[in-house]
Amino acid sequence: MKNNIRFVQGNEACVEGALYAGLNFYAGYPITPSTEIAESLSGRLPRAGGKFIQMEDEIASMCAIIGASLTGKKVMTATSGPGFSLKQEAIGYACMAEIPCVIANVQRGGPSTGNPTHVSQGDVNQARWGTHGDHGIIALTASNHQDVFAITVDAFNLAETYRTPVILLLDEAIGHMREKLVIPEEGALPIVDRLRTSVGKGVDYHPYLPREDGRLPMSDFGDVHRYNVTGLFHDMWGFPSNNPRVVNELLHHIVDKIENNVHSITRHKEHFLEDADYVMVSYGSSARSAIHLAKNRRKRGEKIGVLELQSIWPFPTAMIREKCSGAKAVIVVEMNMGQVLAQVKSAVDHPENVFLANRIDGELITPTDIKQLLRVIQGRGV
Amino acid sequence: MKRTRVVFSGSGGQGVITAAIILAEAAVIHEGMNATQSQSYGAAARGGATRSDVILSHDEIDFPGVTQPNILVCLTQAAYTSFAPIIRPGGILLTDSRFVEQATKVDAKQLELPMYEQVMEQIGKPIVFNICVLGALVGLTEMIKPDSLIAAVKARVPRDFLEMNIKACELGIDMGADFSMR
Repeated sequence: MKNNIRFVQGNEACVEGALYAGLNFYAGYPITPSTEIAESLSGRLPRAGGKFIQMEDEIASMCAIIGASLTGKKVMTATSGPGFSLKQEAIGYACMAEIPCVIANVQRGGPSTGNPTHVSQGDVNQARWGTHGDHGIIALTASNHQDVFAITVDAFNLAETYRTPVILLLDEAIGHMREKLVIPEEGALPIVDRLRTSVGKGVDYHPYLPREDGRLPMSDFGDVHRYNVTGLFHDMWGFPSNNPRVVNELLHHIVDKIENNVHSITRHKEHFLEDADYVMVSYGSSARSAIHLAKNRRKRGEKIGVLELQSIWPFPTAMIREKCSGAKAVIVVEMNMGQVLAQVKSAVDHPENVFLANRIDGELITPTDIKQLLRVIQGRGV
Repeated sequence: MKRTRVVFSGSGGQGVITAAIILAEAAVIHEGMNATQSQSYGAAARGGATRSDVILSHDEIDFPGVTQPNILVCLTQAAYTSFAPIIRPGGILLTDSRFVEQATKVDAKQLELPMYEQVMEQIGKPIVFNICVLGALVGLTEMIKPDSLIAAVKARVPRDFLEMNIKACELGIDMGADFSMR
């Protein structure tokens, strides 16, 4: 259908995905290179019956979406490195209080204000451990606009399913580049809606008492049930507790609900991987250069392929080990100092055969950059 | 399948990036092709040097940057000096005769058209210069159909400015087509 075709920025593809998934509350504070997400939603969301609020800063934005989510909204905020740092405390709160929310981080160069208008993938570890204490977290990523759309829908679905913050790790190159997006028909992609309690008005509702399948049905805050929500360890009523058994069980719960479901949470794509002697592991905009190189080298008969990660956390350790087991060398292509590299090295049987092809100068890594390293690995010189 | 790699360059405020977006959008929406458009962001506001890369293809496009354009548009002397060396040998290099003096040593089909002059003469509004350049490029190379370009211009330009933009677009298309037939 022709009118389903758009030519848009990656940030706009994220907006389309979020609206498709049922986003109805956004709070944010604009920051390059994520601003187009806020800009676009400021027009689209009110017209779709949702709420858009520009808050006074990133901390308030994160807190606002947490509150809105508790009242039953599907929520999102978007930011970049400096704002992502500010949101970390509240992200921890959302992990602890188990509040579904989506946080898009369109990565730019860091640390600090860094390189605002240029690409980076330096926030991979921050997405995992930016907030303190043991916790599970989900972080998704994508390399093209169709996938940005789909993975954004996934982010909302996973947030609802696991009652957890989900980080959308986009990057400046994807966020600002324009390309084709075909909006799927309504119903083409599954949508997970809020699991609400069947406990009625006047009956005791236990907000943190898991069902047999481990899920916690929610009750819209401010509606028929009164209950407590806290960042402290809490019992099944949501009230603070330092009972060692309660603390132990809750911490296990918020870690295990993610780590025990790695197979259903993680996503990846394979490009020319079947017989590959050389496996490039990549994600986000870097993966486009890896795929470009693989296509060119395949034309010359070289057995090279790309394992493209569409989710980074929880890390798909077993899948990486399996897919890289037959490779002579594994090349991790990313725009940081080796954040996914470290994970891949610890996943595979032969970490000495894992190499880093990176670029950290704010420019998108090119196929030629990767090719030069590949030639060295192959013993062919540059 | 053929892949067209275009670099638009000029000075901030000339509408270089808008032209790049309209071209790529025309290819995607009206011709069913794939296209990417990217640009270097910096402190390039009005007056600064700007560049936008466009790739058009019937296949998937992976790496979106253009290292060796087969079509290059330079709308200032500074842009010409910076980017003429990266053109693919034998490629098409389009400049406007008012803004750029071409060098002879560049290995490309160098074309200069009096687009600015014609826009001022026939329309009198410099704001539509970029659309005239885009029209000329399409008339010259036929990389997309002129009708697709006009449809894309119509979709993007505010109604009050539509007439002069369509006129500029058609003016450019005719200038480009004339040149390509010589």
